[in-house]
Amino acid sequence: MSDEREAPNRLPAGGSIDRDRPLSFTFDGKSYSGYAGDTLASALLANGVVLMGRSFKYHRPRGLIAAGSEEPNALMQLEKGDRTEPNTRATCIELYSGLSATSQNRWPSLSFDIGAVNSLVSRFIPAGFYYKTFMWPASMWLTYEKFIRKAAGLGVSPTAPDPDRYENTHAHCEVLVVGAGPAGIAAAAAAAASGARVLLIDEQNEAGGSLLASATGEQEPVRAWIADAVEQLQSNPDVTILKRTTVTGYFDYNYLTALEKVTDHLPPGSDPVAPRQRFWKIRARQVVIAAGAIERPLVFADNDRPGVMLANAVNTYINRYAVLPGRNIVVFTNNDSAYRTALNAANKGAEVVVVDTRREVDNTLVESLKNAGIKHFPGHAIVSVQGKLAVGAVRIMPLSEDGKTVQGQAWELSCDCIANSGGWTPSVHLFSQSGGKLAYRDGIAAFVPDAATVRSVNPCFSAGACNGTFSTTDCLSEGATAGRAAAIAAGFPGSDVQLPASDPASDDRGQGDIHPLWLVPTVHPVGEGAAKHFHDFQNDVTAADIHLAAREGYLSVEHLKRYTTTGMATDQGKTSNLNALAIMADIRGAQIPEVGTTTFRPPYTPVTLGAIAGQETGELFLQVRQTPMHRWHVEHNAVFEDVGDWKRPRYYPLGVEDMHAAVQRECAAVRDRVGILDASTLGKIDIQGEDAAEFLEMIYTNGWKKLAVGGCRYGLMLNEHGMIFDDGVTSRLGEHHFHMTTTTGGAARVLNWLEEWLQTEWPQMNVYCTSVTEQWAVAAINGPRARELLSTLTDIDLSTEAFPFMTTSEGQVAGVPARIYRISFTGELSYEINVPARYGRYLWDTLIEAGKAFDLCPYGTESMHVLRAEKGFIIVGQDTDGTVTPHDVDMSWIVSDKKDDFLGKRSLSRLDTARDGRPQLVGLLTEDPAFVLPEGAHIVSQVLDKPPMPTIGHVTSSYLSPNLGRSIALALLQNGKNRKGDTVQVQLMDGTVINAQVSSTVFVDEKGERARG
Amino acid sequence: MILINCPYCGERDQTEFACHGEAHIARPTDTASLTDEQWGDYVFFRTNPKGIHYERWVHVHGCRRWFNAVRHTVQDEILATYEVGAPRPDVGGQQ
Ligand SMILES: [Zn+2]
Repeated sequence: MSDEREAPNRLPAGGSIDRDRPLSFTFDGKSYSGYAGDTLASALLANGVVLMGRSFKYHRPRGLIAAGSEEPNALMQLEKGDRTEPNTRATCIELYSGLSATSQNRWPSLSFDIGAVNSLVSRFIPAGFYYKTFMWPASMWLTYEKFIRKAAGLGVSPTAPDPDRYENTHAHCEVLVVGAGPAGIAAAAAAAASGARVLLIDEQNEAGGSLLASATGEQEPVRAWIADAVEQLQSNPDVTILKRTTVTGYFDYNYLTALEKVTDHLPPGSDPVAPRQRFWKIRARQVVIAAGAIERPLVFADNDRPGVMLANAVNTYINRYAVLPGRNIVVFTNNDSAYRTALNAANKGAEVVVVDTRREVDNTLVESLKNAGIKHFPGHAIVSVQGKLAVGAVRIMPLSEDGKTVQGQAWELSCDCIANSGGWTPSVHLFSQSGGKLAYRDGIAAFVPDAATVRSVNPCFSAGACNGTFSTTDCLSEGATAGRAAAIAAGFPGSDVQLPASDPASDDRGQGDIHPLWLVPTVHPVGEGAAKHFHDFQNDVTAADIHLAAREGYLSVEHLKRYTTTGMATDQGKTSNLNALAIMADIRGAQIPEVGTTTFRPPYTPVTLGAIAGQETGELFLQVRQTPMHRWHVEHNAVFEDVGDWKRPRYYPLGVEDMHAAVQRECAAVRDRVGILDASTLGKIDIQGEDAAEFLEMIYTNGWKKLAVGGCRYGLMLNEHGMIFDDGVTSRLGEHHFHMTTTTGGAARVLNWLEEWLQTEWPQMNVYCTSVTEQWAVAAINGPRARELLSTLTDIDLSTEAFPFMTTSEGQVAGVPARIYRISFTGELSYEINVPARYGRYLWDTLIEAGKAFDLCPYGTESMHVLRAEKGFIIVGQDTDGTVTPHDVDMSWIVSDKKDDFLGKRSLSRLDTARDGRPQLVGLLTEDPAFVLPEGAHIVSQVLDKPPMPTIGHVTSSYLSPNLGRSIALALLQNGKNRKGDTVQVQLMDGTVINAQVSSTVFVDEKGERARG
Repeated sequence: MILINCPYCGERDQTEFACHGEAHIARPTDTASLTDEQWGDYVFFRTNPKGIHYERWVHVHGCRRWFNAVRHTVQDEILATYEVGAPRPDVGGQQ
């Protein structure tokens, strides 16, 4: 025992708390003590803390209403700094030593909140207020929004990266059982007995479900029964039990997601191994939903005052946590289930009064109240609640026969807690998410799953309270039946299950003969007087708001939801939805099923984004592809850029060089001497088969049949729209063997494209395509001294006569097998040396060493871009954008007019593709040679005072060319072909207009002699 | 997240596959003789049924084979899968 004074509401004995393990924690900076086994909610309640939050819109003081994940009010900001988490439900936080929580949505303090002035002016903030007020002008929304978010926001997000680890994991099972209450335990036992792999998942830290509220301690028979049942399940190796795990979503083909809170019950960061949370992705043959039911509140005047709780929650706090929430408890109900709370509370020493809206109550209940000395007011209703920060008293009056009005003798009952029950709402969320339809069952005044509407792709069974079956005995038998049926449906023989003896059939009344009273009348009509009838606590929606929505024509349940925001808070209306639509039904004079329900959407409870991301953060966010030479680039100070998944050196700064200086130096070195580029990332596809040449004829715009073995050819690929989608050089290595290169980013796309045509349209073709991108390492040496450099490392005859431009040769380079392609993307004399990837770093090192004599300069992709732009070589995806034909980029020469067909050919003669005046690729030379146009800048047809100006094209590539000593640009310009020599205006973002002359796209060596030399 | 029965590998998760639109559209052979309208019909126009749809799928992160599937577009259920070149399967008159 702790030597601290015992918390005022803690009962001296009972509960499943560990009194030998006191835990200290803070709430709003004040220290408290609880026990292991407490939730933050039960520990605060034990300490007499009733006020736990402020409501969203009116900032009304609020306390706990529930003991489970349906809690709408007690939302906490948990922990501080980078581990802080907003909007956590105090009822779901297991207490740990040193826990720190703060209340939300109040300023400056919880008991004195300036925002509560909203409450005084609430008649000016009715439903739809935000929509109506902030509709116009749209630009003012930005101003309003900041104000609203600050005044009405919930918790605050952390600003630092999340220091915790999360995991994703996959699971497969024959039978997934959701919920480990009596129905779920029975279902799991029955399915497991048949031999099926069973996954049993429960939200709480221990199995038992509703039984935990009726049990009173470890020694009690119910707890013993749970322990036996769980032990029996655990002894079966085919059964996995996940506790602290919530099934959050039910998706097609029985794919369900679940969030496991692995270490949230421990002090943050204290477990060195386990992740904080684990996100499960489960594929189940069959699902048994045994998700239980949620008690709903009665909608009565000022039913949101701190101390007004759900009856079963009061019972749970007493039994499970040994906390008596009040000394004077008024139980207010329309059904039988709250009577056990009344009897239990009285048994624990509370003064209890039962107010029942029903006039007729089962005699055995009346007798048991009498025996316990509990006052009973059948046919009465609470008409007002006194007390603001905590309940002080209630006024009750007799209800009229139809329940619409109150009349007669009023009584005032002082109390510090109201335990109320409006009946039980089956948790049909998952069933509804699975696509099943709901049916309204009058006898229990709630929607239940319609078993006839189970979708064939989502086979599932509902059992127990979520199926509208409330007595424990019935839950056990229904669960066993469902588990057996699920196993049979999954292909196992059904077998009978032996549940542990002395089953816990202690709460067999359920809600008895419920008489729904959806809106409890008071002396004023709804909406008049100061009192508010809340149905949605978290979003502050009242019965009067539903009346307002109805008056304004928002009658459908989907409109009602959006207009009033009912059910749209973080609790997704678990306690409020049925009340809301029943009140709407009453207003419309309709039956509840006619009004229908809104769509249930995942997640059932909030899921941390970190858990969804799992391990895939930081370095694991995206796979990284590195070339065999990567380490050399790192060692030599390369600045990298991402191209697809590849890391490519962008430039290699020397000393304090910036990118501009480095690129100018690298580009000059290539044209003056020789440079070296790691070209390993280029997509490479090996194409073989006797129809390979025929195939390429269809894939590329130009001819391939006549290409000699050993020859290389540049090709453009079009889609069927006639638009360029990739380019590259393909070489003929043999009669039926080609080596295709693609853009770095387009490699996978091109391979898929080739496979698509081969498999779906031309299966008769004998062609095989294999990706060899990662099998070859490529060093491209470019520049006038490239031949001299390479000749020091190879015996291959490099003379133009023996090895001309646009051919390939095989041999040894630096003693390793190599294939050299004499092709050029810079316009210089160039050799692209391919060696098996394992020799890549060796080749590179050898070239660098041999290159010292030639002042060899490594260059990156940025210089590559400048050099190719100087030559007017396009980059697909930069100078083209999916709307550009070969003719548009002045490459009509590559479009064969001899071939009958190739992909995209017919589209080139379509009216729109063939017309004059399309945007066409041109060069641009700015009047001011030092000015580099921004890429993306628009060319305008008319200069106006300010943007926007009518546009006739845009700049696609733009650089400062060191070899020309001036800026150069490429642009797509309407009718560009016929505008050479014209001066055009390019508009910048700030409205400035720059003059530029339209030129050829080739700025250096227009005849192309340098590459051939 | 549906399961798809690859004709070559068996049942696999949807994430392993990619869908490439309507199936059974043969590429015209004599393209030069087509009118703009006929060619445009092949390139641009596809059916968009509410109900049964015959589609091309590829097991892109698996065997990399292309195949066809019959999918119900309202229920998002795959009713059958079959090899390229095979005739449309009978899916029991479901529409
Ligand atoms: Zn496959």
